[in-house]
Parts: sequence; structure tokens; C-alpha cells
Amino acid sequence: MASVPTSLKYTKDHEWVKVEGNIATIGVTAFAAEQLGDVVYVELPKVGAQAKAGATMGVVESTKAVSDVFFPVSGTIKEANEPLADAPETINQDPYEKGWFIKVEMSDASELEKLWDAPKYEEHVKASAH
Amino acid sequence: MARRTPLYEAHLQAGGKIVEFAGWELPVQYKGIIEEHTAVRTAVGLFDVSHMGEVFVTGPKALEATQQLLTNDLAKCKDGQALYAGLLNDKGGFVDDVLCYRYNEQKFLLVVNAANAAKDVAWIKAHSFGAQIDDRSDEYAQIAVQGPKSRELVQRLTKVDLSPLGYYRFTEGEVAGGQCIIARTGYTGELGFELYTSSGNAMKLWGALLEAGKDLGVMPAALGARDSLRLEMKFALYGNDIDDEHTPLEADLGWIVKLNKGEFIGRQVLVDQKEKGLGRKLVGFTMTDKGIPRHGYPILKDGKQVGVVTSGTQSPTLKKPIGMGYVPLELSAIDSTFDVEIRGRPAAAVVVKTPFVETSNR
Repeated sequence: MASVPTSLKYTKDHEWVKVEGNIATIGVTAFAAEQLGDVVYVELPKVGAQAKAGATMGVVESTKAVSDVFFPVSGTIKEANEPLADAPETINQDPYEKGWFIKVEMSDASELEKLWDAPKYEEHVKASAH
Repeated sequence: MARRTPLYEAHLQAGGKIVEFAGWELPVQYKGIIEEHTAVRTAVGLFDVSHMGEVFVTGPKALEATQQLLTNDLAKCKDGQALYAGLLNDKGGFVDDVLCYRYNEQKFLLVVNAANAAKDVAWIKAHSFGAQIDDRSDEYAQIAVQGPKSRELVQRLTKVDLSPLGYYRFTEGEVAGGQCIIARTGYTGELGFELYTSSGNAMKLWGALLEAGKDLGVMPAALGARDSLRLEMKFALYGNDIDDEHTPLEADLGWIVKLNKGEFIGRQVLVDQKEKGLGRKLVGFTMTDKGIPRHGYPILKDGKQVGVVTSGTQSPTLKKPIGMGYVPLELSAIDSTFDVEIRGRPAAAVVVKTPFVETSNR
């Protein structure tokens, strides 16, 4: 399995968050992509919409399955990775770089404290992968 | 506790991602569904379908029994030929859909879905019409070899000349040194063979096929690809597209129903249905709006639910969404339009000609 980047923060639902100032870039982890299989469809939220931690942010679908993606933090959506819609396989190929979903301007930085660091997420993955 | 086929170890060795399916531990994919799907459409793939049930109907009453039990005409079926058929209940719904291989008028092999095997055997035994019924599912493993290069691959391992073996014909012989039923059947729409062999011979046969087919691009393919391949052909999957509540006429399988062959279980319901006209029909459709249709999504017309999606996926061959679903008869013609409700929003869909893709078997 691909290693988990230590510079990012994670949720139990397999989203990652990269924090730069008050901007959070959000995507799904390599483990999530691998579990889902070949990603063939992505639905992203609209730029300008409000993000609410825990609410559904979008959808990722493989040939076989549909999986919800959740906002790890609250705020305003500033940018969405539109090219993903035409190249959803990017999520399998490069989940932490080109496979990002959205950038959110955070309204409550304290929400970041609830996110996990890489070692904790890695343990969660090991437990999920039986 | 889920059961394992004789090929379980081979699936683990090949990196198969194991899931529970119809009470069996089987791989849903090895490297990836799309890669496996493409291998079957362009080269050749191997499927472990040992979970399927094998039920023999034999004796002087065997023809009468299969004629009563099945919708297709086993009297017109030649020795060495197979027919796809419905095994119906009294209401004309599917107990199961089966493949019936006719050896002669005193020996038939019914191949049934794993999830239905116990139910089917009970039903068949309760309606045996004096024939001998033997469930021999545990003795058999089944490997489906499917794809345009399947004949070349199997031919490398057998002295039986496969070139005269037509679609839905079968014979018996040695493949890779083990005795097999060699049938030109399958669930992918491609040129393909289904090899039935003893459970004890399964690992040897699987290994021999992988070895002999290296230069042909053979790879193992799993349940995920099996599902997307059959969906591209609009082949029905029991539990998704057909069940005990839907008749073969509604499922657009009128071609497996031979009303003129004489009495069979469920016949009167179908005769009445044909007379009155169908209320609903299974169609194939694609999306004109974005989104992938999935099993259970509502089908809407003018905002009101009029039907339901029974199967759907992103077609790996066409790279666009395809689906099957029951709609009112007036929406079943090619080019009819309706909406599919995807996560609370209506998305436009259109009925298209099926199968969705052209294959090597046509």
C-alpha cells in the first residue's frame, strides 16, 4: 500500500486535508481510492457554496460502488478541481496531488484539532483492512 | 459461514479482493475491474464460476420433467445443445433463470444460480414429474474462458476440435489432461467456453489455462467484471433484473418462452399476460444528463415514479453510463425518454437498442 503523507491531516472517512493558512485543500486517500476500485465518476460541490463539517461534500463512484465524501471542515468553497470530472481515474493515480477535490476557506480553524495525524490514520487503515 | 470454491487459493495468490457473494467467498476484482473487463473484450479472461449449481435431471421421464419445469422447448433442443430458460413459479415469476444442457432425452444438466441453488433443487424435486433429480453441485468446478482469443487458448490444451462447436453447443473431452464438459456458453457476449470439471481438477486446469494463454494476454477476471460485461449485453442478473415477481415477458425474454410447446409451470399466466398486454417491460437505457444509474434508483416521468432501475454502471467499453430498468410499456420503445432519480435529483435518460456493445460472438 502507498504510504500516508505525514504533512496532511485525515478523517476516519478517508478524506485528507492540506492546510495552507486558512485554506484547506481536500481529497480522498489512496486507501479510499484503492478500496473503491477504478473511479469512473466524481461529483464535486459548487464553488461559492458553504461547506459544513460532516455534511456530504460529493460523490465518488467506481464501476461497482457509490461512495459519499464528507467535508472535514466548515467554510466557503473557493475552488473545485473541475478536470476531475473528465478524468476521474486521477483519483486512483494521484490521490494526494492531482486528485484533490476542493479548496475551502475555513470558518473555524479549531475543527482541525479533531482531525487525525498520519500515524493515527495509518492505524485506522490497518484496522479497516482487517 | 461462507463457502470457498476449489480455486480459493488461486484467487489469493492472484491478489483477488475477496467478498461474500451468494454465500461464497469470491474475488470481486484482482488488479481492477476495467482492466479485467477490457481483457475479456479484447483478449481472453478466466472466471471462477464454481459457485454455480449443477443439477442433473435423468431417466425415462427427464424430457417430460424439463418440459414442465422450463419455459424453453427441450424437445426441439438437439442432443449436445444448450438452451437458456426460465424456471417459473405458479405465478409466472422466475424461481431462477437456468442453462439447460441436453445430452439426450433421458439426461439433462441444469446450471443454476448459486444464490438460488437450494431453493431451485427443492422446487425441482417437488415438481420432478417422475424424473431422477441429482444435485451434484459439490462435485463440479466451473471455469468460464471468455474473449475473442478463448478458442485459441482452450484449443491449445485439448485434442477435441473446437472449430465445429457452435454457440450453445457442448461436448465432453480432456482439457489439460482432465475430463471436462466443454460448452460454448457464457455470460459476457464474447466468444467463450464454460469448462465444467471435477472439483479436484480445478486448480490444475486454472493453472494450465493461465500458463498456456500468457502470450494471448489471458488474465483472471472476477465478479466485478462479470457484472459489467453482462450488463453491456443486457443479460439479466437474478435478484437485480429478474425475480419471482417478474415474468419472462416483462423481462423482455419472450424468446425463451415457447407457449406452443405444451403445458409448463407458469404458462397460463404468460398466456393471459400476452392476451391482456404487458404493463411493464425491462429496457436498456443510457443517460443524457450526468450521473450513473444504480440498482434501486427510481425511474420518473413528469416527476412521478413510474419504474425502477434494476442494474446500472459506467460501461467500461463505451465509457458512458448504461442501465436496465422496468418502465411502463408506453415508455419502452427505443428513443423513449424518462428521468432517473440520482441522489434526489432527476437526470434524463433515453431507451436505446441493446445489447449496448458489439462483441466477437456476433
